[in-house]
Amino acid sequence: MEQLEPPQTGTRELADPLEIPDLAPGCMSASKPYAAAAEFQEALGYPGELVENWHDVAIAKMGELRGKYRSFRVFLDSCVKCGACTDKCHYFLGTGDPKNMPVARQDLLRQVYRRHFTLAGKFVPWLVGAKDLTTEVIDDWYSYFHQCSQCRRCSVFCPIGIDTAEISMAGREIMDSIGKGQKYSNEIIGKVHKIGNNLGLPAKALKATLADLEEEVLEDTGVPVRFPVDEAGADILLVTPSADFFAEPHIAGLIGYAKVFHQAGARWTISSYASEAANFGLFIGSYENMREIALRIRKAAIDLGVKRIVFGECGHAWRVAYSFLNTLAGSFDFLDQNYPIPQHICEYTNDLIEGGKLKFDKAKNDHIRLTFHDSCNVARGSSMGKTPGGQFEIPRAILRASCSHFYDMAPDTIRESTFCCGGGGGLLTDDLIELRKKGAQPRMRALQQVAEDHGVTHMAAICAICKAQFSKVLPMYGFDMEAIVSVHQMVSNAIILDPIGDGAQTGEN
Amino acid sequence: MLTGVYASLFYVATALLVGGLGFRIWEYARTPAPLKIPIPPAPTTRRGVVLRILRELVLFAAVFKANKWIWLFGWVFHAALLVVLLRHLRYFTEPVWEWVVVVQPFGVYAGFAMVAGLLGLWARRLLVARIRYISAPSDHLMLVLLIAIAASGLLMKYVAPTDIVALKSFFLGLILFDWQPIPRDPVLLVHLGLVAALMIVFPFSKLLHAPGLFFSPTLNQVDNPRERRHLANWARELEIGRN
Repeated sequence: MEQLEPPQTGTRELADPLEIPDLAPGCMSASKPYAAAAEFQEALGYPGELVENWHDVAIAKMGELRGKYRSFRVFLDSCVKCGACTDKCHYFLGTGDPKNMPVARQDLLRQVYRRHFTLAGKFVPWLVGAKDLTTEVIDDWYSYFHQCSQCRRCSVFCPIGIDTAEISMAGREIMDSIGKGQKYSNEIIGKVHKIGNNLGLPAKALKATLADLEEEVLEDTGVPVRFPVDEAGADILLVTPSADFFAEPHIAGLIGYAKVFHQAGARWTISSYASEAANFGLFIGSYENMREIALRIRKAAIDLGVKRIVFGECGHAWRVAYSFLNTLAGSFDFLDQNYPIPQHICEYTNDLIEGGKLKFDKAKNDHIRLTFHDSCNVARGSSMGKTPGGQFEIPRAILRASCSHFYDMAPDTIRESTFCCGGGGGLLTDDLIELRKKGAQPRMRALQQVAEDHGVTHMAAICAICKAQFSKVLPMYGFDMEAIVSVHQMVSNAIILDPIGDGAQTGEN
Repeated sequence: MLTGVYASLFYVATALLVGGLGFRIWEYARTPAPLKIPIPPAPTTRRGVVLRILRELVLFAAVFKANKWIWLFGWVFHAALLVVLLRHLRYFTEPVWEWVVVVQPFGVYAGFAMVAGLLGLWARRLLVARIRYISAPSDHLMLVLLIAIAASGLLMKYVAPTDIVALKSFFLGLILFDWQPIPRDPVLLVHLGLVAALMIVFPFSKLLHAPGLFFSPTLNQVDNPRERRHLANWARELEIGRN
């Protein structure tokens, strides 16, 4: 096998991904996403515009959350301001705005919580930094709770395990409850409730898209790899982010899953009713919206009579699936209990690799020198396989099986310490592009290092948001936009297909 | 009169500390954690969770990963505080427990270590711009309070000793409800007053991080959501009428 010559190394001064910026107070206070219009708010059961008694409604909501979520109460009470988290957020590292330090972001809510729910805050607010809820505070909330991608990197470094994501989710839910929602997330959630996916792609269009894809793959490979939709009686329901139906490099990943299913001889299907793995209910901290979206998957599984549920490559979707699906939409006693419920496509593929059922021609990926971006929600909100840390090992095992040149980025920027891509948590919208660019900086610098040191040309990810975000920001940092690839794109490139799968599916229809 | 004031002060302080902390723990315990949100490295067994919390409690593992200076000062302060507290048990027990006698000689050094750790933490709070930014007056005051407690204690040890036998009978008297006179040394009275103040603010301040560590869902949950269904009571109510 021919070894690629790595590009020139060691000549350029590279920026440290973890470099701590000087404080630049207020430099990001103008960064705000578009507000949700009344129709999008009301579709989710929120007021269409700022309610008249917003102050009291917000405080009441805060009291409600305090009773419903232990995280909210314990996290707001327990912070000692030790400072361990202050340099851990990618948005702080990329902007220097002190309100992007995790503890300072929490304090935006904590100051009001203290004023209304603690003795000290009621009687000596000046002493404990307690503040009344004013329009200025709400403005800060809207600005800075939409500069948190809920990636939970800070929580890994907190002695009490305080998770800023829980606080920014609560903040967004309080804002939704007074009529101050964010357009991007709320519009999308509405589409899922109504149509079944984030893109608003109706069943007919979905079927047409997949039929085209089937033809395309047949042309490319000469093998009839199928992309079934709504096939009752299939064994496996694949739930994948709708981006997989729509854009590169997502589609290349979807083709990868289909080829794996083909090789396994699996009878699988996509559901047009639950044609979305993503669940933006998480981002706005709404248990009810998250639950409603999750229940679509339950209904699809029952209606199609499947035995297993497999999730495609999507970071927060896998967090909701792995950590919450059983809670939100369980129990799943009607599915085959011999398999994890739900299962990640990487677990599925890796099991086949370990069982010797997939063969790869790694030379097909020899033009690629690869690294792996651990997506935050997979890394810090889920697991895979049977051993802790499987969410780190399994995707890497798949990449190593399908590609000869794999190099990890710096240890403090991957695995549980991974950096968010800069577009997670409901921030993947053009109105926040400046924030997205700055937030990507630590990851981009880590990538620059590994490109310099090992000649890495491509970065794989298992998250639709990461892939879309990187496609956009890679060029801003001097990389090719196609340098971001799906994990199952690597599988797709290298997998050796049998003309006909082992199973019965190919023979049908 | 002075004895009466300090006796009442310590009864009130103890009642507030125990009652207040008990109330907080009860609040934390009854508030549901509706979703599984453990952070990595997330244990998959109860035993693993116990080990993880112990590791955080004893070693401050997360802070060690985050920042070596904060870890050094924070850990030294807490460890020293523990030794100092154990050493002080001799003023509340008769006869003094054997192992407290063993701890005794280390307690003095621990007093200095405690001050050093606290000064280090305060220096960071004053000098590091990021930490200065996140500090409220109460954050500084808490360090001042602890430093003053430790300093007044050391002052009694080395400069202005008090009548320790009389002090012990004062505290044993408090426990047995048979009041004995408190020594009238100003340094002692300041030391005890500050300790009582610390006990009183404990359940109303960020010192709640102590129980918080045990109730933090990101640390105390078992990572087994696929194996066992986790459902809060209020979430169960949403399921009425569902298929």
